[in-house]
Formats: sequence, structure tokens, C-alpha cells
Amino acid sequence: MGLEIMDEIKQNYVANLVASGKREDGRGFREFREISVERGVAERAEGSARVKIGDSDVLVGVKLDVGAPFPDTPNKGVIITNAELVPLASPEFESGPPREDSVQLARVVDRGIRGSEAIDLERLCIEEGEKVWIVFIDIHILDNGGNLVDAAALGAISALLNARIPFEKWGLPAPAGEGEEEEGRESSRLPIRETPVAVTTAKIEGKILVDPNVNEENAATTKLTVISNADGSLSGMQKSGSGGLKEDEVLEMVELGIEKAGEIRENFL
Amino acid sequence: MNEEREKEEEAVEKRELIKDGKRLDGRGFEELRPIKIEVGVLKRADGSCYFELGENKVIAAVYGPKEMHPRHAQDAKMAVVKFRYNMAPFSVDDRKRPGPDRRSVEVSKVSREAFEPVIMREFYPKAAIEVYVEILQSDAGTRTAGINAASVALADAGIPMKDLVSSVAVGKIDGQVVLDLNGTEDNHGEADMPIAMVARTNTITLLQMDGHLTAEEFGRGLKLAMGACRQIYELQRAALIERFSSSSNSGSKSEKRGE
Repeated sequence: MGLEIMDEIKQNYVANLVASGKREDGRGFREFREISVERGVAERAEGSARVKIGDSDVLVGVKLDVGAPFPDTPNKGVIITNAELVPLASPEFESGPPREDSVQLARVVDRGIRGSEAIDLERLCIEEGEKVWIVFIDIHILDNGGNLVDAAALGAISALLNARIPFEKWGLPAPAGEGEEEEGRESSRLPIRETPVAVTTAKIEGKILVDPNVNEENAATTKLTVISNADGSLSGMQKSGSGGLKEDEVLEMVELGIEKAGEIRENFL
Repeated sequence: MNEEREKEEEAVEKRELIKDGKRLDGRGFEELRPIKIEVGVLKRADGSCYFELGENKVIAAVYGPKEMHPRHAQDAKMAVVKFRYNMAPFSVDDRKRPGPDRRSVEVSKVSREAFEPVIMREFYPKAAIEVYVEILQSDAGTRTAGINAASVALADAGIPMKDLVSSVAVGKIDGQVVLDLNGTEDNHGEADMPIAMVARTNTITLLQMDGHLTAEEFGRGLKLAMGACRQIYELQRAALIERFSSSSNSGSKSEKRGE
């Protein structure tokens, strides 16, 4: 909506580059920007991670709380995922209640973690029907350099892997079925059994490229985020943008997504 | 009805959503629920459509093109599409709190994006085209029913489009990829994947996936959904032709069992 004139010029520039087989930052179409993952960056949080993908910078904090389970899953813990596109991160972000982009971001990350059953929620039950652990995943965007979904999803699973259940603080016994045998410990690891990784590809000028930066995102008519697991199975997907995709394009994007997710998992999880 | 429910619950207990190659409601794996389409059901709207998909009952209205408000949200080059998906509080078993929640914000966004590729927005700079979808009764697949209804309502309103958009979901139950999950199947199923498609060009304009699928199951599910979209497209088309070829202006009905 209401694109500024500079944005439009950039859009055309990026699109023309892609049409001639090149990218603005010199990457190949199947190449990610540089990724870094730093765990345990927020000490007040039970788990945290800061992920950078190129210029994108995302901080994810995991907090645990004790609360009531949902009536239809009395023996399972609860996941609540939230994302804030704070105005500090981009001239396009505004303060106020979450808008559709931040809602979508949180829901796609949530979908990946839920779909892959990454957290063993049954082990987060304290007292059936009464008390369970509630896992809050809060995604804080610090800098929008494009492809926030992949950074947020990588941040979420990294923070979950880093998170500990503070049972001592709540005066509760250690969760059952723990593998760790240290004496006198105050917390235990969150039961994580899968590592979903999100990979977003964009379609620009009929070409498919992975990990779009912010100008490429503006130039793209369509993006597809594919979330996949260690065994190459899929646990979430979301098309966004005002364009369409052909079946072979979808299949290419899915295949590329699974391949890149494998590389990211190997290097960062 | 109660007896049916009990039977269904029993089957769910036993984790049997498929028995003897049939689903709980008697459908085959690749069979749609019955579809009913009525065009032009509302008097005030510029276009409207009532759509039933099994026990889903949805109604869509289209207003516009009209001036876009607020003005700063106008696009100088093309019309802005507004899409609001809303569930009635009584459309689900446990009353839904009225108003937009996070789910409906997301559904509205992806539904709008399902139409942006086909609506000829460049004909109406600075204008708004408003699509309102109300879910009156829900039984899994409401967003696909809403898109199907909106598509017909847009055509009924005379909004220039490259083609209709048709939508359906595929999912996985008892390890089997099946078409168009109903509520029970969705609640106990392993995956749900709604898609929307422009049938004439086989262009996918909405794609979401939730749950767990292998890459092979995904590819198969996508093909299955695309085929079903073509079936739904024919029903939408038939309903529109009937509406505009009949002499009465009182709205038309089209009823057909999908296969």
C-alpha cells in the first residue's frame, strides 16, 4: 500500500537484477545470508536466543509460568506465541495493537512448533486438569532486514532448546521422566524432541530465491514459508503476498526449503 | 443425531476415523462434502453469495468499488481489497467471543491475498473493494467455504476478475491423505492444508499447512486439492450462469453433491 517513490525504484531495480539472474547482495538464488545464533542472551528469561540473518535481528525470550491447562487437553502444557514488530525495527512498523503481519509471524512460528510436536507437552503436566507449565514464546524484532519469519522461527527453537523449567522457584518437584541426574539442581531442561526450521522462498520475476532481504521482499509478489523437521517431513506452511504459484513452483520451493532447513539445523541447532 | 454423535465419539475413542475404506460420514478419501451455492441472497450488498459445505454455512457480501477510507490508506495505482472473515459467536460449540481474534486476522489476510492476483485492481485506483465473510455455522473448512462464497459474491457484484478462485482443504487422518476434513476429522486429524486456486490457470493463491506431512504426502495432497478446486469451480460457474440466465431477479440456487 502507498509505496514511496524510492521504494518503487528499488523494487524495479531488484526485479530487473533477478530477471538477469543476479541478486542485490551478490548471493546465489539458493544461498542464505550469513546466520548467527547466540543463546542465553536474556538472563531474566528461562530461555532466550538472538538470531541474525543478514541485517535482520531478532530476539526471542521464553518464559515459563504455572497455570491451568485447556479443558480439552487436561494433561498437556500450553504454548503461547507472541510477536511484536516494535517501531524501533523499521520505519514501516508502528506502535499499537498487533497488526496482521505480526499476528501472522507469531502464528506461523507457533504452527511450526506445534505441528512438529517439538515440545513434549505431556511432560509439562504438573497436576492433570489443574496445573501445567505454560510456555510463553515472545518474539521481539529489533531490526527488519527481511525474512523475519525464518529468523523468528530459528530464534524460537533455539530459545526453547536453551530454556529450563524453574521448578524449584515454584516449589515444585522436578518434572517426571528427566534424563538429567544432577543432585540439588533447581531447574531442568524443557523436553524438546524435534527441531522445526522455517525456510522462506520468494518468487520474483518468475524466479525462486531463498531468504529474501527487505528490498527483495518488497519486490516479491509471493513468498512461501516451509517449516520442516529433522527427517525431512513438513510441519507447517504459509503462502503470503498478493501473487500466485504454479504447482511446480510450490514443489521447487518445498524441496529448497527442506534442503536449506537441513543445513541450518546442522550448523545452528 | 444424538445416536450418530455417540457412534462418532466411540469411533474417535478407538482412533478409527476410517473404517472399511470409508470415513465416519461415509465419504471416500477423495470425496467432497455436499455443496450448495446461492447467488445474490442479500439486497443491500453489491454482490452476495450463500455457500454450504457439509455443515458449514457461510455468507459473503461485496461492496464497491467505492472510495477508500481512510484516505491515507488509498493506493494511487490500484484498488485496495479489504477482506474480513468473521465467525458468529454461535457458529461453534463453545461460544466464540465476538470480534476479531488472532486467528481471524490471519485468515482474513491470507484470504485477501488469495484474491489479489485475480481482481483487476488497476481499474480502480484509490478505491476500496470490500469483501465480508460471515461464518454462520462451522464444521472445519470455514476459510475455504468463505473464499468460495467470496469468489461468487465478487462475480455477482460485477467486479472485474481474471477468473474465479476456488478453495478446498486436504488433510491427513489415520495416516491417510484425504480431501475436505469435517470437524471431527479435523479435531483428531494429523494435518490440515487449505489451498485456493485459480482453476483456469492452475495458479495457487492460498497455501497453508498445519500438522505433520511427509514431502510425498504433501505433493499428493496438493494434487488432490487442485483437482477438487476444479470441481468446485464448475459448481461456482454453474451457480453464476443460472443466476444471470434466469429471468427472475430473486437469486438463484444451485445444489449438487460433490464427488
